Amino acid sequence: MAAPANSAAWVRTRSEPALPAPLFSRGAFAWARANLFSSLSSSLLTILMLALALWCAPPLIEWATVKAIWSAPDGATCRAHQDGACWAFIAHKINYLRYGSYPVTERWRVGLTEILGASLTVWLLWPGARHRDIGAGLFFLVFPIVAFVLLVGWESLGLSHVDTLLWGGVFVTLVTALVGIVFSLPLGVLLALGRRSHLPVVRLASVIFIEFVRGVPFITVLFMANNMLPLFLPAGWEPDRFMRPLVGIVLFSAAYMAEEVRGGLQSLPGGQYEGAMALGLHYRNMMRLVVLPQALVLVIPGIVNNFIGLFKDTTLVAIVGINDFLATMDNATKDTIWSGPTIQPTGYAFAALFYFVFCYAMSRYSASMERRLGQGRRR
Amino acid sequence: MNAIEFVGVHKWFGSFHVLRNIDLEVRPGERIVVCGPSGSGKSTLIRCVNRLEEHQRGTIRVDGIELTADVKRIDEVRREVGMVFQQFNLFPHLTILENCTLAPIWVRKMPRREAEEVAMRFLGRVKIPEQAHKYPGQLSGGQQQRVAIARALCMSPKIMLFDEPTSSLDPEMVKEVLDTMTSLAQDGMTMIVVTHEMGFARQVADRVVFMDQGEIVEINAPAEFFGAPKHERTKAFLSQILR
Repeated sequence: MAAPANSAAWVRTRSEPALPAPLFSRGAFAWARANLFSSLSSSLLTILMLALALWCAPPLIEWATVKAIWSAPDGATCRAHQDGACWAFIAHKINYLRYGSYPVTERWRVGLTEILGASLTVWLLWPGARHRDIGAGLFFLVFPIVAFVLLVGWESLGLSHVDTLLWGGVFVTLVTALVGIVFSLPLGVLLALGRRSHLPVVRLASVIFIEFVRGVPFITVLFMANNMLPLFLPAGWEPDRFMRPLVGIVLFSAAYMAEEVRGGLQSLPGGQYEGAMALGLHYRNMMRLVVLPQALVLVIPGIVNNFIGLFKDTTLVAIVGINDFLATMDNATKDTIWSGPTIQPTGYAFAALFYFVFCYAMSRYSASMERRLGQGRRR
Repeated sequence: MNAIEFVGVHKWFGSFHVLRNIDLEVRPGERIVVCGPSGSGKSTLIRCVNRLEEHQRGTIRVDGIELTADVKRIDEVRREVGMVFQQFNLFPHLTILENCTLAPIWVRKMPRREAEEVAMRFLGRVKIPEQAHKYPGQLSGGQQQRVAIARALCMSPKIMLFDEPTSSLDPEMVKEVLDTMTSLAQDGMTMIVVTHEMGFARQVADRVVFMDQGEIVEINAPAEFFGAPKHERTKAFLSQILR
């Protein structure tokens, strides 16, 4: 109802009803039209992509499933069928891929550690889980000790010593990633706070550390951790050969983490600091209760991005002689019993799948956590 | 003993002289409204009271404690002085109740149960106890500002500072915040309020302080301040805002 043109005043006599949205703006057909065929160029691209997918995907799926060899006693069958993956090789080597050269009779210790770690991780990450403070205490304080005792051994408990020389496979990758993730975040937070500190010495030390570590390649950090760490420690105190790259990966990742966290600290409005200070909160409580919970949520995508990078960078520890999952896979493919043209593609495809599953899971989890923690910020 | 004393206070931002020779005494229970054009130093003045800003010359005493670089004294003063900001500065990641109990628990070391009781009492006082478990982002601006007042009150401060508490509110929400402040004033709270709400100044203030270019130009009771301003600059300012 429009205002009549001949008078300046107009008064509404009845309310406008709220109407449902028109039909053509909803449904699969509308979605396809809006997203896939909105213009000539977009329609062409859609058709092109569809063709590309039809051209690439079926042969790959065929290679991995229909034409693949699922079980075989040795490489002979796989050498005879060269147009399919040789999953029999993975099945045959699975224990080596999981445990490396860890003594066969002691492998239950690795399995137990993995189960403990996985259950505690689920406890911590499950949104509705109860008593997560207890879970966190177990995960961060008890689990590392238990894992160390189980993996390395403790003679008086009847667990024989297993040298880290024998460690290898999936569990080495998981230990490396977990140690890196668990230690680099707190260290990165401290470095970020240090970089924004009012104390010049603390600030300078943080800046030097961050800029130096970020300024050299990860492999350099690994070599330095491997060769120089013993020089910093008292004579006769030889750090374990597996511990050295762990220290390297933590320091390297912490420097990147620090810059992520600093971004979060800087994007927080100054009023949050003032509000906390005006209430009489001290620096430590202000950071712990007000600033960091908000700053860290803001940079979850960046932090998880670092975690994913770290998870994949664990493959580089092979350079200083640690048998991570990829290195054991590499060793496994050299087995002459299995050697054949399909062995390496199969092995590396499997490795790629392994890394993808972990990284994709981290990515999805972070997306769901962002949604959940973002509730309070919605305006 | 005065609640707040400024004696010959100067402050500079870099080379800019923001506070010039400020002398002001606030008695316990007194309500002071500070007004003046923007950039006149009124916010800086009250931010010096709880040391969100540092003064460079002169003496500021709050509840008998002289403010220096000594962190202990700053803590003591901040425990006794509540502040309400233009932008509310509520903590968006905490519920309304948690916003109110945070400082009592961590600064006053109050048991959680007791802090929650206190918080609910003050949320009732600002008339939004039913919002206690929501997050700040789910509340209107006026409600958020009332929560901010309740949050400050939970520390049972002797002095309350208000830094343009209604300036970022939609017009229809200004009244609910002013009503809360008026009721607080009626209970005898010592208050310094920086505001452009001249109606509030007229009704509630014991004295009105007019600042311009970093100095106090005129201090007067509201009736004289609005009825018969003495200084030319006060007259000019009032003629601008009371049309």
